Amino acid sequence: MKKTLKLLAFAAALAITGAAAASAEQVKVGIAAEPYPPFTSPDASGNWEGWEIEFMKAICAEAKLDCVVTPVAWDGIIPALTSKKIDMIVGSMSITAERLKTIDFSDKYYNTPTGIIGTKGEDIKPTPEGLAGKTLGVQVATVHQAYATKHFAPAGVEIKEYQTQDEANQDLAAGRLDAVQADAIALKSFLATDQGKECCDYKGDVAQDVDVLGPGVGVGLRKGEAELKDKINAAIKAIRENGTYDTFSKKYFDFDIYGG
Amino acid sequence: MTDETTHALAFTPEDLPEKGSFLKPHRIVLMLVFAALVVAVAVFMRWDWLPRYLPRLGSGILVSLAMLFGTAILGFLLAVPLGLAQVTGPWFLKAPARVFCTIIRGTPLLLQLWLLYYGLGSLFPQFPWIRHSFLWPYLREAWPYGVAALTISFAAYEGEVMRGAFAGVPAGELEAARAYGMRRWTMFRRIWLPRAIHRALPTLNGETVLQLKSTPLVATITVVDVYAVISKVRQETYLTYEPLLLLALIYMCLTGILVVAFRYFENRIPTRGA
Amino acid sequence: MAADSFINWSLLSLSAPGWGGVLLQGFLHSIEIAIGGYALGLVLGVGGAFGKLYGGPILRDLLECYTTIVRAVPELVLILLLYYAGTDLLNQLLGAAGFGPVDISGLMAGIFVIGVVQGAYSTEVLRGAIKAVPAGQIEAARAYGMSPVKVLRRITLPAMLPYAIPGLANLWLIATKDTALLAVVGFSELTLVTRQAAGATKAYFLFFCAAGTLYLALTLVSNVFIGIIERHARRGFAEQR
Repeated sequence: MKKTLKLLAFAAALAITGAAAASAEQVKVGIAAEPYPPFTSPDASGNWEGWEIEFMKAICAEAKLDCVVTPVAWDGIIPALTSKKIDMIVGSMSITAERLKTIDFSDKYYNTPTGIIGTKGEDIKPTPEGLAGKTLGVQVATVHQAYATKHFAPAGVEIKEYQTQDEANQDLAAGRLDAVQADAIALKSFLATDQGKECCDYKGDVAQDVDVLGPGVGVGLRKGEAELKDKINAAIKAIRENGTYDTFSKKYFDFDIYGG
Repeated sequence: MTDETTHALAFTPEDLPEKGSFLKPHRIVLMLVFAALVVAVAVFMRWDWLPRYLPRLGSGILVSLAMLFGTAILGFLLAVPLGLAQVTGPWFLKAPARVFCTIIRGTPLLLQLWLLYYGLGSLFPQFPWIRHSFLWPYLREAWPYGVAALTISFAAYEGEVMRGAFAGVPAGELEAARAYGMRRWTMFRRIWLPRAIHRALPTLNGETVLQLKSTPLVATITVVDVYAVISKVRQETYLTYEPLLLLALIYMCLTGILVVAFRYFENRIPTRGA
Repeated sequence: MAADSFINWSLLSLSAPGWGGVLLQGFLHSIEIAIGGYALGLVLGVGGAFGKLYGGPILRDLLECYTTIVRAVPELVLILLLYYAGTDLLNQLLGAAGFGPVDISGLMAGIFVIGVVQGAYSTEVLRGAIKAVPAGQIEAARAYGMSPVKVLRRITLPAMLPYAIPGLANLWLIATKDTALLAVVGFSELTLVTRQAAGATKAYFLFFCAAGTLYLALTLVSNVFIGIIERHARRGFAEQR
């Protein structure tokens, strides 16, 4: 009985600290709880780092927001936003018409091509014909999944869906997949690792389809929060103009990630 | 795990309502309230996606059921030697069987599944010959790993039950068999094993329902079961509650059917009180 | 390359280049959620068991629905439902009750989710245990003029404990393992940080084995304590089984 009472007291204490910690005025920035280099990835001391984390810090500083990184599962990141577990998404999320039905986006903050990598030596091309009969891995709930379902599945490509990008890469290295479709920068970052160098190479960019792939990546926001949206848009514009954006981008890329 | 704990974790035949018990006045009121709730859910929530996904949901349910029955049968076949080894085996069988059961029962199934699928997969590139072995077509797929993990898990839990069942067969029955001049194997086949299975059957119901409750984990390693189909619905429609409610309903129906089937068989084979 | 990448123990070291510290932190989170969820489950379970045994017909049927649903639907599905819909609902309820919109996130959500699932299991375990207390003991207490609360505190609860402990011990072990399912909603407990560490270093095998060892250690240590508690609770009991 005593043990039970102690446990109860402990639970109550946890509840109080939990509620107290959350009561301050904070903006919870949702990121995908998975390694997605070079944009967001956890380091060995439990912190998140990467280009997108620096971008987030820059806009939060510019807009004077008290931002906290809140990792959530990628396949539940939109429900997490709409049910107010997080307040905005900075997770390399492309602005698409489908997503705009449910959530709102800021202006775009980067845009990169979509590419395909595959097992070394295999004859794979980033076209429906060049992939026919092969197994292609994509991350669930991404524009790549939508693109592969629309363009590749009808041509007889078997599509396998993974909860994280990293697991798809892993299965490509293990030989369970013939190819993986994703953001070109994220894929090239994987190809630069020991594992990536050994197993795979870049097969090329896929043909553009703006309807599915969208015009770029934006900050995901709840609908109807115009004030926050204006702040974010102003901040993106400001860091583009005052050079902050270029400064931290140079640490990661030797080209302009903002795109045309 | 004891019979009572399994019963606390899984819906079992004892929980089925008695005939005619729905006719009490307060139950009729509760059912009317419930019916109103169902109508409200059907009317006010979005269900227009349902017809499009019905065929996929059907095949997803089949995959889930195949996973359940395949792994329960394989797991039970493994559980018999595991239980027996722990009761009468020499130390070099007894110790590994105990260690196996302890490790599997002491770690989460999700972790075991990921260790098997991604852990083993990450070792493949170091052994290129694996891709040319006759096993490769299976190693490439995801379902064999799901089957392996679920089978191992079922075997470990049910092995513990079988251990108790083997140990619980009254010594007198075995002595009587010996007095009849039965050989060890005959005695095992004719007396010990059937009596032990008899004793383990009620727990087997609960363990099977628990196994059904474990099957959706295979969706995390790309097996397309009913859970994975619902996840796809969630991502494509951006709906959260409706698909999950439907999924819960599907699992409740599956459990219900399973439990009714168990009761039917239990009534035909008198297990309790034997 | 093959030989030294097979096992690179330095990845597990506790400070920065190694991921051991992150793993241990995740492990602590898992234990916190397990303890919190288990405690919440016990509270719900005590209430549920007494409601099921002594409550009115409507309360009893509602509790029956609760335990039936939790015992018939996979934990993974329940966790998703509770995590997205449940916390939303709880927020609105608390808001309606005048507490204002309480922010349920992180640890609290995890404890809530595990607690609601555990509550149904504890209800069943405790109900069985209370039923095992000889009715004569409770009648005798009533005959002494004890109030119902006193009967509960002095007779029913202490008398049922020996019957409940084996089941409750199992529930504790299940609670520790169920926390792993929170990885699917992106909660940074042991299983998810393991997956992140594995993904960032590509040492999947090593990290999953390390996490398995931690879970196993928790189970084994728990078993030692459970043994002590069981022996303690069974004092004065005649030989059982």
